[in-house]
Amino acid sequence: MIELPILNYSFDEEAAGFGEPAKRPDEKRRVGEYVSIALIAIGAVFLVLALLGIGTPATLETSGDVARVWTMFAASFGLLVVGGLLYSVFRYKDTTPGIKNDGNTFRNIQRRGLLAWGLGVFITAFYIVLYWFSELRALGMPDVFATSTRLLDPLSHALRGVAADQWFVYGFLYTILVSVFGVRMILKYRHNRYQMIRTCSVMFFQLGFAFILPGLLKAANQPEFYFTYFWPLKPNYAWPGDTHYILYKGDVLNMVGVFMIAFGVFAILVLTPVLTYFFGKRWYCSWVCGCGGLAETFGDPWRQLSSKSNTAWKFERVIIHSVLLFVILTTVVLWLNAYIDDRILGSSAYWVKKVYAFMIINAFSGVVGVGFYPLMGSRVWCRFGCPMAAILGLIQRYFSRFRITTNGDQCMSCGNCSTYCEMGIDVRAYAQRGENIVRASCVGCGVCAAVCPRGVLKLENGPRTGRYEADAGGPLDQFLHDLTHAPRKHK
Amino acid sequence: MTHVVIIGNGVAGITAARALRVREPAWAITVISGESAYHYSRPALMYVFMGHMRYQDCKPYEDDLWERENITLVRDWVVAIDAERSTLALHHGAPIAYDKLLIATGSKSNRFGWPGQDLPGVQGLYDLMDLKALYEASETARHATIVGGGLIGIELAEMLHSRNIHVTLLVREKSYWSNILPPGESALVNEHIREHGMDLRLETELEEILPGRDGRVARVRTKDGTEIDTQIVGLTAGVSPNIDLVRDTAIRTNRGVLVDWSLRTNIENIYAAGDCAEIVREGEERNLLQQVWYTGKMQGETVARAMAGEDVSYDPGIWYNSAKFLDLEYQTYGQVPARAVDGQTQLWWQHRNGKRGVRLVYDTKTKHFLGLNTIGIRYRHRVCESWLREQRDIEFVIANLGTANFDTEFFARDEREMAVSFREQMA
Repeated sequence: MIELPILNYSFDEEAAGFGEPAKRPDEKRRVGEYVSIALIAIGAVFLVLALLGIGTPATLETSGDVARVWTMFAASFGLLVVGGLLYSVFRYKDTTPGIKNDGNTFRNIQRRGLLAWGLGVFITAFYIVLYWFSELRALGMPDVFATSTRLLDPLSHALRGVAADQWFVYGFLYTILVSVFGVRMILKYRHNRYQMIRTCSVMFFQLGFAFILPGLLKAANQPEFYFTYFWPLKPNYAWPGDTHYILYKGDVLNMVGVFMIAFGVFAILVLTPVLTYFFGKRWYCSWVCGCGGLAETFGDPWRQLSSKSNTAWKFERVIIHSVLLFVILTTVVLWLNAYIDDRILGSSAYWVKKVYAFMIINAFSGVVGVGFYPLMGSRVWCRFGCPMAAILGLIQRYFSRFRITTNGDQCMSCGNCSTYCEMGIDVRAYAQRGENIVRASCVGCGVCAAVCPRGVLKLENGPRTGRYEADAGGPLDQFLHDLTHAPRKHK
Repeated sequence: MTHVVIIGNGVAGITAARALRVREPAWAITVISGESAYHYSRPALMYVFMGHMRYQDCKPYEDDLWERENITLVRDWVVAIDAERSTLALHHGAPIAYDKLLIATGSKSNRFGWPGQDLPGVQGLYDLMDLKALYEASETARHATIVGGGLIGIELAEMLHSRNIHVTLLVREKSYWSNILPPGESALVNEHIREHGMDLRLETELEEILPGRDGRVARVRTKDGTEIDTQIVGLTAGVSPNIDLVRDTAIRTNRGVLVDWSLRTNIENIYAAGDCAEIVREGEERNLLQQVWYTGKMQGETVARAMAGEDVSYDPGIWYNSAKFLDLEYQTYGQVPARAVDGQTQLWWQHRNGKRGVRLVYDTKTKHFLGLNTIGIRYRHRVCESWLREQRDIEFVIANLGTANFDTEFFARDEREMAVSFREQMA
């Protein structure tokens, strides 16, 4: 007879097992962290006051008014940003460089607790209001858009030469989130140069190409063009109405607009396939794209929430390619319609556009895409919806040199890689078979390789030999195989 | 229909079950474990404790796999093996009969008879029971003492440190893990442990573990008479094969369950694989006892083929291993003795930041490359393995170190500096 270990058979290691410790010794916080939190709190108070219309004049009539708004701007957003940056600095400054994931599955806000739901609802509500109910006064609510645009008017004037509107407010919020959380990401991964450079890249493109440059264009009386977005992620850059608006000023062809449209065409037809062939879709998704930029910075605390189940993978394949078909069809219909003088659809062409904009751009990429960060992880839109990601993914899967290399048989199946894959790829399923990871959805963020405690994974651009499981053939055979087989991660 | 029963759902048992299913679609396969409902990755337990992952994230397979592959999982402890009647007595359920049996019971933590080693609050770190005990103990603990400077010791230290429990490491040797790590590597790790604010006490041996008034551990006393207040004691002086179940049966054992190169025991229909198996090496001084993840996996593959009737011999391949000491990654390939051996030369390069190092070992006379260690640098398994298998000249290895680098893109590369240093040492 042997001595039996003391674990009860009914012990459910998943449900009852190893969650948040009931009582944790106090965390050692540095004084600087408290100071930062205080700054954030003061900034928040001023922001609420400003949103309630207190402290800012209704119009900017005198330079004194402008100075007052700048002061209020500094006291609200200024303190929030400074406090946010300092918080990350003090949080990480005395730690040794290395993986900082302690407690991620314990914190309420990171494990779908009440705080996470609260934040999810808040962001979701923000997007709903932004897109569809920005006339808050008519609904009997405080008109935070009017007050927040007032708060940002001086900045908007300085940058764009015009007053702020709700889209400027949105762009501003987006940019400061990417910047503040970008600094957090850099400090958190300061042992990993790939993460640092990549984060600098998304911050640069957000700040420079999605905030400052469009503003300067506006100031120069040009279209507010985003050089980091092209069809099909920003489909209206290739739809009849918007292209016309960009190309012409009145009846005169605008050469700046011509350059913009030409760049957009070049970007999707030449840049995208060439860069994706050499570097994989990461050149865009985790280095340039604004949606990716927000996911990689503000979204980082929730990357572990993406579902790795085989079922989620099935949904992903169907939905993302449906959206791609939808945008292609919409584009074709709109151009046909424009060419034959509205004879196919007549005025309903307008509605096709409206439906796409409502369902995909607003509801999917905005409300669900960001609002669900704290519940479904940071890449819901990128994984299930983005048609640009779909195209990049197809190229990556069948015509690219990029893959994640598995280092021999060294995987010990711990699952850190899969857990922290924001795209929900079960990286471990491949690594534990000693197989390289060649997946359409991989955005190349490199976090799997960073968190691997045994150095098993490496993002590489290498020769294309041995990429396909249906090894008998090449990319076409693999494509046909994938088309006719449901995805299955365990072999 | 043949019924195969596997005791243990660790990596050896589970790998065997799946490999056997591929070969024998019609056989009945049952895996018994009292520890957990499903196979999980043992090395991942530390990440569950530290809050990097949930417990379910450390399961390598989705739960529906077992039904799909028609592998029956039984949650129970086997309490006795009746080799004559080919049946197993279970603690909870009815006895189970088998045609072929695989023993894959893994290891258990060593305890060297220290006074007080059975007090509540004193534990090893191996299985879910240990993890649960640690969860409970760490709720109130302020200080923990870890005895033994090995791989599990440093993992346990990292775990407790993540809960803001102050850690003292008692290491008998002059330097951390110095029976395995050469002085250069070991010194880097010593320094790294201290940088994390842990209290590393070298050349310090445990004398006694003392209880408090509540009967739980309260202090430890070292051989030099120092007493340390502590609420948790981690005993991590290695593991040994878990063969309690086999000891009083007709199955031959030594340190582990004795098996031949096909992983068969002395009983015809009983096999053993993984940590608990000790492979008899005829004519050699010591048998082969391998207790790491990948050998469990390889032995699982081999034993499945043997059970399916193939004429197969376990090939341990070229030794490698990897670990992580807090933030420092470590890899080893081939043979790198802790101290220079006659007839061999060791070359050591260390980065000025004290976080990276590479050691090469070669045969002094033939210049054949024999092994390497890396600290803070990732190397490519297949490249290192081919150098060792092809017995490359040390000069070739030094000249081609860059091809073995597996570090993340944009990481600083040191191969040139290394090569200069290595050549100077050889001159």
